[in-house]
Amino acid sequence: MSPSLGDYLFVSGLLFAIGLAGVLLRRNILIIFMCLELMLNAANLSLVAFSRYNLTDLGLPNFNAQVFVFFIITVAAAEVAVGLAIIVALYRARRTTHVEDLNRMKF
Amino acid sequence: MNVQTLPWIILFAPLLAAIVILFFGKYSKPLSAGLAIFSAALGCALSWYLFLHPTVTESFRIEWMNFSAFWPYHDVPAFRIPIGFILDPISRMMLVVVTSIATLVFIYSLGYMRTEEGYWRYFAGLALFLFSMLGIVLADNFVMMFMFWELVGVSSYILIGHYFGKNSAADAGKQAFIVNRIGDFGFMAGILLLWYATKTIVFSEIQENVAHGLFADNQLYLAVACILVFCGTIGKSAQLPLHVWLPNSMEGPTPVSSLLHAATMVAAGVYMLARIFPILLMAPMARDVIAWVGGITLFVAALMATQQNDIKRILAYSTISQLGYMVLGIGVAPVADVALFHLFTHACFKCLLFLTAGSVIVGMHHEQDIWKMGAIKNKMPATFLCCLAGAAALSAVPFTSGHYSKDLIIAFAWSKPPLFWLALVTAGLTAFYVGRLFFVVFFGPPRSEHAKHCAESPKVMTVPMFLLALAAIGAGWPFIADKFFVLPEVHVEPPFFNAMTLGALVLGLGGAFLLYRNVEKDPISIPFFANRMYIDNLYAQLVKFGQDRVGLVLAWMDRWIIDGAGVRGSGKVAMCAGFALRLLQIGNIQAYAFFFGAGVVILIYLLIR
Repeated sequence: MSPSLGDYLFVSGLLFAIGLAGVLLRRNILIIFMCLELMLNAANLSLVAFSRYNLTDLGLPNFNAQVFVFFIITVAAAEVAVGLAIIVALYRARRTTHVEDLNRMKF
Repeated sequence: MNVQTLPWIILFAPLLAAIVILFFGKYSKPLSAGLAIFSAALGCALSWYLFLHPTVTESFRIEWMNFSAFWPYHDVPAFRIPIGFILDPISRMMLVVVTSIATLVFIYSLGYMRTEEGYWRYFAGLALFLFSMLGIVLADNFVMMFMFWELVGVSSYILIGHYFGKNSAADAGKQAFIVNRIGDFGFMAGILLLWYATKTIVFSEIQENVAHGLFADNQLYLAVACILVFCGTIGKSAQLPLHVWLPNSMEGPTPVSSLLHAATMVAAGVYMLARIFPILLMAPMARDVIAWVGGITLFVAALMATQQNDIKRILAYSTISQLGYMVLGIGVAPVADVALFHLFTHACFKCLLFLTAGSVIVGMHHEQDIWKMGAIKNKMPATFLCCLAGAAALSAVPFTSGHYSKDLIIAFAWSKPPLFWLALVTAGLTAFYVGRLFFVVFFGPPRSEHAKHCAESPKVMTVPMFLLALAAIGAGWPFIADKFFVLPEVHVEPPFFNAMTLGALVLGLGGAFLLYRNVEKDPISIPFFANRMYIDNLYAQLVKFGQDRVGLVLAWMDRWIIDGAGVRGSGKVAMCAGFALRLLQIGNIQAYAFFFGAGVVILIYLLIR
């Protein structure tokens, strides 16, 4: 039995939920960053699944979604580069990666 | 030059003079006086020309404002305001009176004001006043008349408040302006009512509409409109209950009192009534009101005049009283010429009386209390003779001008007997207070140092006085009056009429002679009259308790509702909102992420709901 669209979406949702939980609950800013990437990839997974299960009139997958996924991967790569650079700079300045200690910007 | 341009020159020469004096007058005294006198004299000459050539009846008209281009109603003619001049017998007569008297007063001012401050300001004000007064005389529609009416108010404000450094003068100017505003409010409402009914503001067109029976089945509307228009007269011509400003306006220089508050400005109200007289004829109810207001005013003002001590205030109350006669004349006589005849003679003799009063005041070193004067007959003989002529005319001694005009009004008042008796008694009172003024000022013992050493005024003051004295005596003689007026016959004359008026005169003058012939101070004292029947006090209290309370409420509203809720309130709201939202800034990145996520969830929920 091949998996249905629902199965893919379920997995995608699960990944997103794990990512969100990580972002909200973990304290290490690197882990939070990785969880953010996880949420992006959850979105990618559902896009690809949609592409696979929404065939066009010619019987081909809808490549729009797949092109969109490439864009997301590219942008995510760039974003990771920037984000990691910020984290490194932050660590150099504050000697910590724990978000609890990074709480200067408040009233 | 086209004769049709003459009215334009008469009207605008004083305005031009006023403007030039305003800009350059302060550099040269002769320039300001000369320009003002020249503009008045030019107007005077041209007015006499127009008067002697009654064939000139037309002038250019200008469509000043015409709203037909953006008039939204098809069934209503568009509102338009023309600037047009009316040249009929009464406006010719008024032109002559106004410009002639103005010329004499301007010349007299040369002498009176020679040592006063604000010389150029004074002459600019006089010229502006002449311009506005001529505008009223020439106006052929209500809106134009109303504009010049207000201009007269402004220029009188300037002139009354000439000595604005003195508090009483500044207050008097303000009072004259504000009290006139009250009357003008009614005037404007009346104009609007008449426009609403007839769709025009031009006198002749309204008149046509009324004559064609527009108000035949709506008498009350016309009466209300006419009475509202009459409110303008109540203010400008100082009828009860808005008379308070006129005696107070005596704070201005005496020539101003003479020109504005005796001869011309206050006459504007009566002139306006004469202008709309054909309309008034269709509104008998309104004429009854007018007659009664005039009758009460003339009596009450004469009573107050008997107990005043300031020489100018006596004349001021006498002016109110004589204006009452004119208004009564409008109310009872079959033609407007009766009232205008009295306006004409009154302008001559009251202007003269004020000029003599000014001459006495200058001679007395600006002392105005008649109980500080006395025995100046021989020291100021010219002033004495002129005052004699003016007093005789005012008290209606036979063969002086006042006799003809006043008796005519009293005779017509016979149609309303109560008013007739009021007018007759007041004739006696008039003789009494004039006699009092005359005997106290010129006879008796000298009552102060100034009175012992006063001297006659210069020629520039006495010559205009002599000219006016001739007018005061002769202006009423039938062969002169016939040139100016078409006076009707009195058909129903009261019995023994001449004997009665003569009796009133003799009683009044005789009483004054017996009481005031040779006294140190006033033998009779009636505080009720001396204090002007407490009407001024009543108004002061009304202002205090009415206006000040309203002011308090308004101040409270301004402070707490406009400032408190509106201006400061909006700032407070923004500040409080900022304070509340500031609590969200807790500095934890994950909390921000949570808020963000929650916001997204709420948005999605709202979108797919």
